[in-house]
Amino acid sequence: MKSKSIFMTGLLVAGIGFSNVAAAQDTIKVGVLHSLSGTMAISETTLKDTILMMIDAQNKKGGLLGKKLQPVVVDPASNWPLFAEKAAQLLEKDKVAVVFGCWTSVSRKSVLPVFEKDNGLLFYPVQYEGEESSKNVIYTGAAPNQQAIPAVDYLMKEVGVKRWVLEGTDYVYPRTTNKILEAYLHLKGVKPEDISINYTPFGFSDWQTRVAAIKKFGSAGKKTAVVSTINGDANVPFYKELGNQKISAEQIPVVAFSVGEEELSGLDTKPLLGHLAAWNYFESINTPANKAFINQWHTFIKNPKRTTNDPMEAHYIGFNLWVKAVEKAKSTDVEKVLAALPGLETPNLTGGTAKVLPNHHITKPVYIGEVKGDGQFNVVWKSAGEVPGDAWSDYLPGSKDIEADWVTLKCGNYNKVTKKCSGQNFK
Amino acid sequence: MYSFRNGIVGRDRGGVRLLAVLAAVAIAAPILNQVVPASSPLHLSAFGITLIGKYLCFGMLALAIDLIWGYCGILSLGHAAFFSLGGYAMGMYLMRQIGPRGVYGNPVLPDFMVFLNWKSLPWFWYGFNHFPFALLMVGLAPGLLALVFGWFAFRSRVTGVYFSIITQALTYALMLGFFRNDMGFGGNNGFTDFKDILGFDLHSDATRVVLLVITAVALGASYLACRVIVESRAGRVMRAIRDAESRTRFLGYPVEAYKLWLFVFSAIVAGVAGALYVPQIGIINPSEFAPINSIEAVIWVAIGGRGTLYGAIVGAVVVNYAKTYLTGAFPEVWLYALGALFVLVTLFLPNGITGLALARRKRK
Amino acid sequence: MKQPGSGGRWLRVLLPALWSIGHVYAQAPGDTAFLSTLGELREATYSDKAAIAERLSQTGHRSVRAVLTALMEDRLSYRNSDQKIFIVQTADEDPARLIDPLTLKSAGSAPADSLTKIGTNNSLRHTLRTVVAHFSLSSPDAAVRLEAVRDMLQSLDEPTLDLLRKRLPVETNGAVKREIQTGLALATLDGTDAKARLEAVATLSRRVSQDVRNRLALLLDKSPDGSFTEPDEKVRRAAAAAVASIDEWRGFYSGIETLFFGLSLGSVLVLIAFGLAITFGVMGVINMAHGELMMLGAYTTYVVQMIMPGHIGLSILVAIPAAFVVAGLVGVAMERTIIQHLYGRPLETLLATFGVSLVLQQAVRSIFSAQNRSVITPEWMSGSLQLNGALAITYNRLYTVIFTLIVFAILLVVLKRTRIGLDIRAVSQNRAMAKAMGIRTEWVDAMTFGLGSGIAGVAGVALSQLTNVGPNLGQSYIIDSFLVVVFGGVGNLWGALIGGMSMGITNKLLEPYAGAVLAKILVLVGLILFIQTRPRGLFPQAGRAGEDK
Repeated sequence: MKSKSIFMTGLLVAGIGFSNVAAAQDTIKVGVLHSLSGTMAISETTLKDTILMMIDAQNKKGGLLGKKLQPVVVDPASNWPLFAEKAAQLLEKDKVAVVFGCWTSVSRKSVLPVFEKDNGLLFYPVQYEGEESSKNVIYTGAAPNQQAIPAVDYLMKEVGVKRWVLEGTDYVYPRTTNKILEAYLHLKGVKPEDISINYTPFGFSDWQTRVAAIKKFGSAGKKTAVVSTINGDANVPFYKELGNQKISAEQIPVVAFSVGEEELSGLDTKPLLGHLAAWNYFESINTPANKAFINQWHTFIKNPKRTTNDPMEAHYIGFNLWVKAVEKAKSTDVEKVLAALPGLETPNLTGGTAKVLPNHHITKPVYIGEVKGDGQFNVVWKSAGEVPGDAWSDYLPGSKDIEADWVTLKCGNYNKVTKKCSGQNFK
Repeated sequence: MYSFRNGIVGRDRGGVRLLAVLAAVAIAAPILNQVVPASSPLHLSAFGITLIGKYLCFGMLALAIDLIWGYCGILSLGHAAFFSLGGYAMGMYLMRQIGPRGVYGNPVLPDFMVFLNWKSLPWFWYGFNHFPFALLMVGLAPGLLALVFGWFAFRSRVTGVYFSIITQALTYALMLGFFRNDMGFGGNNGFTDFKDILGFDLHSDATRVVLLVITAVALGASYLACRVIVESRAGRVMRAIRDAESRTRFLGYPVEAYKLWLFVFSAIVAGVAGALYVPQIGIINPSEFAPINSIEAVIWVAIGGRGTLYGAIVGAVVVNYAKTYLTGAFPEVWLYALGALFVLVTLFLPNGITGLALARRKRK
Repeated sequence: MKQPGSGGRWLRVLLPALWSIGHVYAQAPGDTAFLSTLGELREATYSDKAAIAERLSQTGHRSVRAVLTALMEDRLSYRNSDQKIFIVQTADEDPARLIDPLTLKSAGSAPADSLTKIGTNNSLRHTLRTVVAHFSLSSPDAAVRLEAVRDMLQSLDEPTLDLLRKRLPVETNGAVKREIQTGLALATLDGTDAKARLEAVATLSRRVSQDVRNRLALLLDKSPDGSFTEPDEKVRRAAAAAVASIDEWRGFYSGIETLFFGLSLGSVLVLIAFGLAITFGVMGVINMAHGELMMLGAYTTYVVQMIMPGHIGLSILVAIPAAFVVAGLVGVAMERTIIQHLYGRPLETLLATFGVSLVLQQAVRSIFSAQNRSVITPEWMSGSLQLNGALAITYNRLYTVIFTLIVFAILLVVLKRTRIGLDIRAVSQNRAMAKAMGIRTEWVDAMTFGLGSGIAGVAGVALSQLTNVGPNLGQSYIIDSFLVVVFGGVGNLWGALIGGMSMGITNKLLEPYAGAVLAKILVLVGLILFIQTRPRGLFPQAGRAGEDK
């Protein structure tokens, strides 16, 4: 009957929409928003496991504020609208105190309105393009000035590179990074005909033509390097093709920003020997903290061959920062935790300290490493100290006047010239 | 006089039930969200409202597919393209509405254009700051594409599997195109960070509820329209085309014209669904054009029961609810469950869920 | 020249080397001096290491070549306990086999973590390569000599030129001789004798490499004050003609290269489409799990390589039949359990196989983890075949093209000349008639599906050499495989071959002008338009199986 179907629908709606009534009183819920299936699962599953490991360790130490931490894991399946939906689920239905998640900029941008509306707290562990500073996000990954600029400096000064190929996948991170780098190179006197910028789609696998073009560009007689913001799956065929066309790292070095130990473990590293990557952490860095972390990871994941990488360290730092902030604020209330975070410090895994800045970025050291045969990196350069993350690049005309400050100015994009606050949180 | 019982609507029991349910949702949702206090267990959160809205939009897409597939035998494996085009049209309007509140503060250019160093708005963005124009484009863009594509395809008698595959090619090409940042559609990031629609704040509960009600009404209206088409004389010709296309042509009916106009109508319905989807979800992105999305939409129809119209909507809601539930409850293994669901339903329920319900009622 | 006291067989190898370098480098005897210089490598910075390497090479010690080669290949380490330096036999081995740097004899073995590698970076390796090349010039292996001369061409200083001049009269290999002459000609361009320069230009005009062209083009340059860098006008005219001729040849070879790129892209498309053409054509089954069957083939390669880690070269050849069997069995299982119930309903099979594809993806994720797996390319498939200075063909792509053609030939033979092939063709043309003639159609269906799936698995082996091996491998190729099949005509192998190849070549021809994405879009649009003119593809299927009623 009609009434029956209405009743059934009612049940359905109840199942869908109604909030979970009993929020357990004696646990603190920690949300994990990483893709466990789809194209991004390759990178993000490891991060989910890292947070579970950190939660486990914290619980063994007695939990937080006397309560146990309870992980709430969801799978947004590499689908951007689903990220927004799952974020809303975590914040509104599961009422988590904090979320560790996201990888691609699209996923972050799609959950941002949710976090800002529901006043949640997100720790974002991946290197990205900057041009953002949200009240509700702590960016534990590198901004361009903590990765791309130092890499270009290294190539210019230590390797003597004169011609540049900026090769990226066609999306916002490479586009922004390349914009910044182009402006930076012009500033350093590099002529436009010595810069070649090119974009390829996601998952691009037939690199023959493109690599041949790089070879040609690099045979003009000046030392050439490739700055690669190629993402994910496209890297494997790219490096294979480089190797097959006999472009060695000694002739045309490639420095990548999205290739770490995790990506190398799925690659045949022979064609990559000597090519470079710029990160704020390498598994091969020999410090007691790093060795302990690697052992802890191997024990937790029950596989001594699993690698560690930079985003994992970012989550390590982020999680510790959050715990410290909660202890300082004596509460998990997001406003109080956000007030406690700026200025807080915690040790990183490479012997230094990570400090939270008023723009919600952290300080990170910069390392340049060359790929070795065993899938690890040989550090060939290191920054003098930690570099503070700059959300708004000084090399872009649209951003150099903008600064983010959540402590005094209470604004994510404050224009120093017009003295106006605008953008994301501006209503 | 027109008798309800014997009219088109009255004879369609499944449809009547569906419309009743939609009406119930349209009435209950605002009450449960706005009137019932947040602390009560009966409160419907904004998250819930958005979720139901999403299901209903998908239901509309499934309806559009069932119309041409279940009743005319045209299997389009690229219908999400029309859905996404409608979504993008609405998205363009919403982006223009952001105005100076964007990250870079430019009153005319959306953020991604400022960031690409563009100095002025491309020509195809003109007019999108007016809501009526955007509404027009929501129907026109998918409709026009369907018209051109369909005209070429049907005129050349491309049918069956070949047609399905070239619709895949269409949506794949569109996906590649929209992913390009140079195209002026926001590239990989798409459109996001919307502020308001027609002056109403998109993040407020009240707006969301209104959007949900509008979606329910739109779904109901499209359903009725489809039902009228299908029960009409033209509908019978279409069913003839589905069952025996060559014979229908030999009998003198302009088969291509029927197919074309049905295809265009279906595309417009899908476009409207997309346009309702975007303000509720808050983001539109080229991966909506992914070929796999269109295949999934067809699966909703198959699971719900094709050739019934209401079955498509049921299928869309059931499958998406299963996805929502499974990705939360079993994040590691939900794909197994979903895959198994598809296989089992195809094998044992060839007429879908509604077919099962109908069969059981017949036996009573 | 001093004869070292002990030594043995190493001496016989190094004697010719010593002879050839004997005139160039000052002889500084003394193992102690050599060792102490070597020891400086432990604590030096990268730039200092380059200087130390130079000094080592000038000692003339018999171990110089071995030590510097080891350093270049990351095989020079020192023992943590006593700081003694050793050459390691094979890199990344545990326990590592040690070689004494002085005697070049085995010195036992040690666990890998008791040693510290002496690290190198790109610049250091680059410098070392040129230094080591000097020694490689007298290697008995012509390929090594050729490599050495090519390395030396990167930096033509006096000692290098001297070596080349001395080598030319005794060189027996034609290719090596040519390279040496190129090097000497390039050096002559910097000389003072105009006639010699003219001759050098003439020699160089017959080369086609980019480096030579650049060097010749430099002769036509103007310096800032307006005068030409090359004072002699005859030389300039000869250089201009040479550059023009080289450019023409390079353009020609570039065209061939593009053609090759297109063929190799096309061969990938063809391989992935073969299996689908068979299952689609014969049974009218739209197999959405086709991509996952390819993925299974790629993972089979990974597993084979895990089982036989010492024989990577052989692993591919073992993986091909293994992948065929694995994917074929999965295909037959799918057919027997699911697809046979869905005959005559092609669109239902699409949906059911889509479900299977989700299950297979998740299964692989659960068994192997969501990460990509590393599949190693064997030696014989790496690198490229350098046909001349302008054209190099990568081995993996070359073998893929050849492999595709072989698979095509085998399939053709199976379909046209075997009994099972006859049965398959009969069933695909007219199922009812075939049944009436006594053919067991169910068995034929299972075999056909198994064959198509097996071919998909084999395609996966090829793909594992070209791209990532991960759970999403299938998703990246499924759409393309459908498009090729539809373009070529369902059920037709020739259609798949020609269709795939032409799509690949068109794509690659457009790519330099339109960019990768636009080229792909144009190919797709072209396909859509093509289907309008020939709705059944290039080679439509015979019989009425594809017809509607």
